[in-house]
Amino acid sequence: MHRYLPMTEQDRQEMLKAVGVSSVDELFSDIPENVRFNGLLNIKKAKSESDLLQELSGLANKNANLREYVSFLGAGVYDHYLPTVVDHVISRSEFYTAYTPYQPEISQGELQAIFEFQTMICELTGMDVANSSMYDGGTSLAEATTLAAGHTGKKRILVSKAVHPQSREVILSYAKGQHLEVVEIGLKDGKTDIEELKNEMNDTVACVVVQYPNFYGQIEALDEIEPIAHTGKSLFVVSSNPLALAALTPPGEFGADIVAGDAQTFGIPTQFGGPHCGYFATTTKLMRKMPGRLVGQTVDGEGRRGFVLTLQAREQHIRRDKATSNICSNQALNALAASVAMTALGKYGAVEMATQNIQRTQYMKKKLTQSGISVVFDGAAFNELVIDVKQNVSEINKELFTKKIIGGYDLAKVEPAMENHMLIAVTELRSKQHIDTFVEELALLVDGKGMQHAEGSTVSF
Amino acid sequence: MLKDQPLVFEMSKEGRIAYSLPVMDVEDINIEDVIPATYIRKEKANLPEVSELDLMRHYTALSKRNHGLDSGFYPLGSCTMKYNPKINEAVARFPGFAHIHPLQDTYTVQGALELMHELQQELKEITGMDEVTLQPAAGAHGEWTGLMIIRAYHESRGDFNRTKVIVPDSAHGTNPASATVAGFETITVKSNEKGLVDLDDLRRVVDENVAALMLTNPNTLGLFEEDIYEISEIIHAAGGKVYYDGANLNAVLSKARPGDMGFDVVHLNLHKTFTGPHGGGGPGSGPVGVKADLIPYLPAPIVEKVGDEYVLNSDRPETIGRVKPFYGNFGINVRAYTYIRSMGPEGLKQVTEDAVLNANYMMRRLEPHFDLPFDRHCKHEFVLSGKRQKKLGVRTLDIAKRLLDFGYHPPTIYFPLNVEECIMIEPTETESKETLDSFIDTMIAIAKEAEENPEIVQEAPHTTVVSRLDETLAARKPVLRYQKA
Repeated sequence: MHRYLPMTEQDRQEMLKAVGVSSVDELFSDIPENVRFNGLLNIKKAKSESDLLQELSGLANKNANLREYVSFLGAGVYDHYLPTVVDHVISRSEFYTAYTPYQPEISQGELQAIFEFQTMICELTGMDVANSSMYDGGTSLAEATTLAAGHTGKKRILVSKAVHPQSREVILSYAKGQHLEVVEIGLKDGKTDIEELKNEMNDTVACVVVQYPNFYGQIEALDEIEPIAHTGKSLFVVSSNPLALAALTPPGEFGADIVAGDAQTFGIPTQFGGPHCGYFATTTKLMRKMPGRLVGQTVDGEGRRGFVLTLQAREQHIRRDKATSNICSNQALNALAASVAMTALGKYGAVEMATQNIQRTQYMKKKLTQSGISVVFDGAAFNELVIDVKQNVSEINKELFTKKIIGGYDLAKVEPAMENHMLIAVTELRSKQHIDTFVEELALLVDGKGMQHAEGSTVSF
Repeated sequence: MLKDQPLVFEMSKEGRIAYSLPVMDVEDINIEDVIPATYIRKEKANLPEVSELDLMRHYTALSKRNHGLDSGFYPLGSCTMKYNPKINEAVARFPGFAHIHPLQDTYTVQGALELMHELQQELKEITGMDEVTLQPAAGAHGEWTGLMIIRAYHESRGDFNRTKVIVPDSAHGTNPASATVAGFETITVKSNEKGLVDLDDLRRVVDENVAALMLTNPNTLGLFEEDIYEISEIIHAAGGKVYYDGANLNAVLSKARPGDMGFDVVHLNLHKTFTGPHGGGGPGSGPVGVKADLIPYLPAPIVEKVGDEYVLNSDRPETIGRVKPFYGNFGINVRAYTYIRSMGPEGLKQVTEDAVLNANYMMRRLEPHFDLPFDRHCKHEFVLSGKRQKKLGVRTLDIAKRLLDFGYHPPTIYFPLNVEECIMIEPTETESKETLDSFIDTMIAIAKEAEENPEIVQEAPHTTVVSRLDETLAARKPVLRYQKA
């Protein structure tokens, strides 16, 4: 017997009798001999609950986690305040063990929570409608480009090189299937090069994609980009960290047609890159072309408010090969987590958290500059900075790691010209002491004084 | 309009908070000093203002208006609503798994990479494939990834004319939708009177333009495609590839592996067979396995073991590229791995045997009361038709709604499309005989109601927090967000 399998030998015999067979094997007699698998799979033996917990906890402990290390890694995934309530809510099994709410009468909780999520995303992005979630920011953005191509009938996608590099890779992968041409727009001072964008615009462009704040932490000039992006029929697509939008003017106010991104910043742990929570927001005009599930408000026969999945004529289970997207499973539970975090933060908390990111990043910038470390782009930043460490970033990070610090992202990995440059993130969780210590340690390393693998030395935070 | 359950926005009161941010310990500068005025938000986003207890009560109230697997039986066909073990949740929350950053240097995350590598190994053995990527986020995402791999394979051979993907008429909607996203045209092949792919029709549609056939086996009727080897051969002879939709893998664990059946590509739904919770619609995880000749096209990076070290290999010149930022839905993969390790080889075999016995038992007990379109052993699920009840004026939808009154989540209905008034039941192996018996008795009672008192079925549900909702109104005048009156 196994604790997940309730069938007893007595049950088995009674059921076999009811079916009219003498053994379970007979039920598999329709599997032809030449494709039948006999015997047991060559996988590890089962472990008891306690033994497995011990083994896997050992495996987890081989990883340096952000509770024990002070991290300045960002680059699209951030170590943020996780309100304790979030995990309590998403641990309610009525939510996490439910399927997609196809039976609305017994799924009002999930449907309402998603309706609230859609509202919060609309509020932050300044858009008319938002769907119930996408896999992540990268695929959400890729679906924005395919929507734009379908809507405009154009095949050319202009993507700023300050869009997250992995999102750009995903856009490229989706473009291959749809035979779209992706053209990358270069940068000037860490932001989209407006002149180059103008030069690449023509009447074959389906959309212009920029990120705000961008991959390098800089705040793109959406007001200058929008009129260019809207030349001809082209759509204006903005990828955004929704936390930043609590403090920054939302892309909707700059005339964005689609805002896509990841709500990981609200209540979702980094968990090695997933699951996070893609969101997709657009205008009423494009509503019926959106990918993914939408929850709408309606009434029942007695006039009670209720919620249902709606505008399903866009979706794969109805339209099959004519659907607007193939997405089926999304990230519903994480959309719930993000909703709980956005509710916990609320109108003022979200602004306060976003503001702290700006202020702490500004403090970091000041400390770095004072220590002689060059901060490369001088534009307004949200919570990320690019610094020149004048030597191999991974070597620096190795040294920092011995001090229980996880350094920033090595930009040489995405842009050869960015060798020796590090992208660092400063969230509300990085205290003055964290920042001061990081800058001190880094300054020693940049000077070449600290490169000695000071094993065992500890820094107190 | 009656509002039994307020929206969180309607509970909001100016000044209440449910957060506790770190105390500001750096200079409290004005953001106006560093951010140009154009980019500073003027009007705050209208997020709710509630206390922490208000928040908990709100979401607790919502949870009570939701039916999960832990609430009751959930025989939703093709969705494999099996028990979601709690140890999985505990393991996924270990700080060493939940709080690691995907861009940390690999020497700092060896445990995570080891887990991914081990999971790849186990999935290879379970499916009989040669390599696995964990990157796709869900089943449909895996389908698209698999089709892009097949496209890359054909194109690498200078074959640019393979524009068609064949799917049977019983296929999941995601199959044709994924084919479209991958740039293919979908060709539908008919099922025969036995509910299986019609080989003559298949031969008719196969030609040198076929890129792939997508198939789930057992199919969505719960029937094993007995001619699977011949089907694979027909496609292979025409130069195409055969794609396995892993939605129904729960039926064949240790019994028949996609790799041995002749499939070239397979996606798995770790949130179905391997107990990742469905989460109200996601997140899932949709790893893709391939045979040796397709390995070069897998998305980058792939976890590999070099000596004693686990590495992320991005050096894949022929890759289709990246299909998702980072490495897939790691948190779901952790849960699936924990499940596989909890079951072991004997356990997984038992899973399939019990799932199949449960389904056959239910099918035979319900057979006298509903139409059974395909009278043969089923695998993990089976379909009934509500034709008989329809003649009495009771639709399958009504039967589904009536089940709600008895605390059940209904089966999948009106799918697959090739069965009239379809009722598709998948009990899974984690349900006891007593649960199955109660559900069967309820179904029989409803069939009797359809004959004797059809109104009670037609007007169901009677006990839920809302009755049937006006879906036409929702679609005609879409209200997709709250707006302050």
